[in-house]
Amino acid sequence: MPPENARELLKIENLHAWYGESHILHGMELTVHEGEVITLLGRNGSGRSTTLKAILGLVGKRTGSIRVNGTELINLPTHQIARVGKLGYCPEERGIYASLNVDENLVLPPVVAEDGMSVDEIYQMFPNLRERRKSQGSKLSGGEQQMLAIARILRTGATLLLLDEITEGLAPVILKSLNDVILKLRGKGYTIILVEQNFHFAAPLADRHYVIEHGRVVLQIAADELEAKQDELNRHLSV
Amino acid sequence: MQLITAQALLGLNVGVFYAMLSLGLAVIFGLLNIINFAHGAMYMLGAFVALIGYSYLEQWFGISLQIGFWGSLIMAPLVVGLLGIIIERTMLKRLANLDHIYGLLLTFGITLILQGLFANYFNVSGTPYPGQPEVLSGVLNLGFMYFPTYRMFAIVFSLVVCFATWYVIEHTRLGSRLRAGVENPQLTQAFGLNVPLMVTLTFGFGAALAGLAGVLAAPIYSVSPLMGADLIIVVFAVVVIGGMGSIMGAILTGLALGLVEGMTKVFYPPAANTVIFFLMVLVLLFRPAGLFGKEQ
Ligand SMILES: Nc1ncnc2c1ncn2[C@@H]1O[C@H](COP(=O)(O)OP(=O)(O)O)[C@@H](O)[C@H]1O
Ligand SMILES: [Mg+2]
Repeated sequence: MPPENARELLKIENLHAWYGESHILHGMELTVHEGEVITLLGRNGSGRSTTLKAILGLVGKRTGSIRVNGTELINLPTHQIARVGKLGYCPEERGIYASLNVDENLVLPPVVAEDGMSVDEIYQMFPNLRERRKSQGSKLSGGEQQMLAIARILRTGATLLLLDEITEGLAPVILKSLNDVILKLRGKGYTIILVEQNFHFAAPLADRHYVIEHGRVVLQIAADELEAKQDELNRHLSV
Repeated sequence: MQLITAQALLGLNVGVFYAMLSLGLAVIFGLLNIINFAHGAMYMLGAFVALIGYSYLEQWFGISLQIGFWGSLIMAPLVVGLLGIIIERTMLKRLANLDHIYGLLLTFGITLILQGLFANYFNVSGTPYPGQPEVLSGVLNLGFMYFPTYRMFAIVFSLVVCFATWYVIEHTRLGSRLRAGVENPQLTQAFGLNVPLMVTLTFGFGAALAGLAGVLAAPIYSVSPLMGADLIIVVFAVVVIGGMGSIMGAILTGLALGLVEGMTKVFYPPAANTVIFFLMVLVLLFRPAGLFGKEQ
């Protein structure tokens, strides 16, 4: 748990986002403090992935305010956002480049800030990937792809990680190592937004939970309120 | 035997032009998904930059400067590449989300304009380029035969350019960024790479390759407004045979088909101009994606 007086790292206010004509986010409000791990929970289609994409400018249109460390990102072109906001993004579909090998995938994202992990450190953290350095992205298993998708944003020096459904479709043993990875990153002081379907995975990792419905926040729960608000949470997540 | 080797080398000489042009087309198609019909016109333009730089600067622009062959090898790709960048930024960019056919039509229109422009000032039957440097004139003794020095230079120079391009795209950081931008432009942007800029520069580079081929061709063939139109049709056949999108495929197919054409000249001269189209028909019948293309 970060100290009470930790700085606000990310502040999202009245965020609206559209894909073409469809209006998906309706006034999203989100605050994340430095060193915090938060989750975005919600049913499928509630707008969690879109929230991450809106931060990165990957939606058709967005309005409102997205500030990282006080710097406004809303009017920046996509290719400047990662650098200005020191952001790392791990998309839901993992986005491993099939035509690039593991090494190439790993060093593809440009460095956005100093003090990123070195390739060696990363391979120490993900020893399986080291063995597959020269394999094409298309030849990796789901778990390996997921590890690579996380690993490659650690090299960039990003301090705010946006991780979308990293547990999706993975076997329990891999969830265990993913859990270890997130814990390690937390320990190193990264600020993390986890979009999760798997509440059992997310619950012990996060400081706070946001529940999203129809493109806005409907409930906010701190880790120590989980027990008290469990029923309310279940009601929002049940289908 | 000597005749065959000589024809093989001459064929290879033609082949390097096919390779350089189809390489440029493949690079542009791979990254922009645009079939650049204006590629032949850019080749023609490269040759004219060399010709004008050598013979017309004083007469036309009152600049007492003569740009020699070596200077043109640098100037022409720069000029043609810049034109490519302007065309991409101002026109092709707007067609990004439309069907291939629009890009093809636009670049076809650009071709007609460029050809018409040069046909207005230059003889359609061709003007010889007088700037071939002294060191490259004469013939080279290869031990078993003699071969024109300039043609040997053109072969080696083009091969170096082709394989260097291949190396950069397949084996460098820059190349992996380009490939990533092709595969997933959105995510690549989100990582902080300026994909639209990469696309523009790549188009410029593809155009510059055509311009460079034009300069290399100038001392061999005469410089004419239609020189690109004649060649580009064959190059499109080369691309169809090789399959769109593979860099090495474009290079190897270009070289091989130049050789095939050269050999046909020895064994059955009447077919020399059509053998490539005949092969194209066979490839289309039996392997529609091309020799190096991936079947969908
Ligand atoms: N590229 C897109 N174009 C149009 N609609 C989309 C697109 N991506 C997602 N949507 C719609 O936006 C809504 C929110 O989707 P998403 O943010 O992916 O939900 P979640 O991640 O919470 O499951 C859904 O109704 C979905 O159908
Ligand atoms: Mg989602």
